[in-house]
Amino acid sequence: MDLNAQWAAAWMRDAAAAMAENRQRLIDLDRAIGDADHGENMDRGFSAIVEKLDADGVPATPSEVFKLAAMTLMSKVGGAAGPLYGTAFLRGSTAVAGKEGLGAEDVVAFLTAARDGIVSRGKAEPGDKTMVDAFTPAVEAAQTAASAEASGAETLSAAANAAEAGLAGTEPLIARKGRASYLGERSAGHLDPGAASTTLILQAAASAAGEKA
Amino acid sequence: MRVGLVIVSHSDKLAEGLCELAGQMAPDVALIAAGGTDDGGIGTSLEKIQAGIARADGGAGVVLLADLGSAVMTAEMALEFLEEDQREKIRLADAPLVEGAVAAAVAAQTGQDLAAVVRDAEAAAASMAGAAAESGAAPADAAPELDDIDQDDTGVLEASWELINPMGLHARPAAVVAQAMADLDADITINGVDGKSVMMLMTLGLKAGDTLTVSAHGPDAERAVEMLGLEVRNGFGEI
Repeated sequence: MDLNAQWAAAWMRDAAAAMAENRQRLIDLDRAIGDADHGENMDRGFSAIVEKLDADGVPATPSEVFKLAAMTLMSKVGGAAGPLYGTAFLRGSTAVAGKEGLGAEDVVAFLTAARDGIVSRGKAEPGDKTMVDAFTPAVEAAQTAASAEASGAETLSAAANAAEAGLAGTEPLIARKGRASYLGERSAGHLDPGAASTTLILQAAASAAGEKA
Repeated sequence: MRVGLVIVSHSDKLAEGLCELAGQMAPDVALIAAGGTDDGGIGTSLEKIQAGIARADGGAGVVLLADLGSAVMTAEMALEFLEEDQREKIRLADAPLVEGAVAAAVAAQTGQDLAAVVRDAEAAAASMAGAAAESGAAPADAAPELDDIDQDDTGVLEASWELINPMGLHARPAAVVAQAMADLDADITINGVDGKSVMMLMTLGLKAGDTLTVSAHGPDAERAVEMLGLEVRNGFGEI
């Protein structure tokens, strides 16, 4: 599938389905080291994006779909994921503004801007046990894939796989940002719920493009 | 026209309660609660914050105070979405929520400008740390002569008094003093801190029996010393 506005809308729908399906899993991950609201918040946020797309129709470009997603997540999610993913989609939207279809380089530009947005909003670094630990390897894998002349869809798939590996790597980490950081060493031994939702979002991007993630 | 405040919290009750608390010391300040999500849950709402800024802004600017992580991030987003001409007037204070809001509200009530309100809110963190570390130990310097006004060669007036009211220079008199000093055209230092800042005065932790020393410089220096002397000798109206 071309990475056009229809793909971007399908991504949001797939992500909403993934959040609904993984709602309890995210809640359980967040209960272990946080405030147990991540699954509910993400489900509510992405459901609201789908409702908006159903009501208003799909905009003309991926950039506009991402902007709609950003604004909706910011007002509907409630927890820290709202401003973080909201910023990610907003910065990503700007990075691919005006383009009707995205190539591999555009995917890299989108993911890089999105990751940088999360870093600047949340002030987290790799190793802090946050969504950055899934997003950063995803960006690096996307860069590698794009420079090896992968398609846009393949680039997304590489990013999603790297995010999943990054998520697994959060288990032994001690949280240094967010609510989990109050737990100190007790936060080790659990997957980070933010890295888990990042992985779901990137897997949905790949699956909406017809790639196995 | 006073600076307005928006209290951003994960909890609607917390934001409302804090507005109520701060409002006792700042009856004329617009204190707007932006707590909880749009549907009343725990979390923060960009829309509530944006609406709060609009309601709090009477023209002198708005200071936002926020509690935990996502409240701070959502408040930062609200600032990024402001129109260019609003950016200068809307600030997020890097301050503990309760102490910062009370300090900011008092500063706003006394007619301080935006920068001063932010400064007082942010100084509240220092006052918390100071209160924990000090646990009541008053400086043991030899008390200067009391009820004695000196003027040195550079035109700086100095005077000292012993505090006689049982509570010392606590929040209410600190607010009264800061407000009175703020209206004067003079540089005023009280025990080494800015005499126009209620939070800095509170950080001194001056108690009954401690000595308050003022240095004032400028056209209204004499009035500052006189007014302060009157307040101290009256025990800030508490005896």
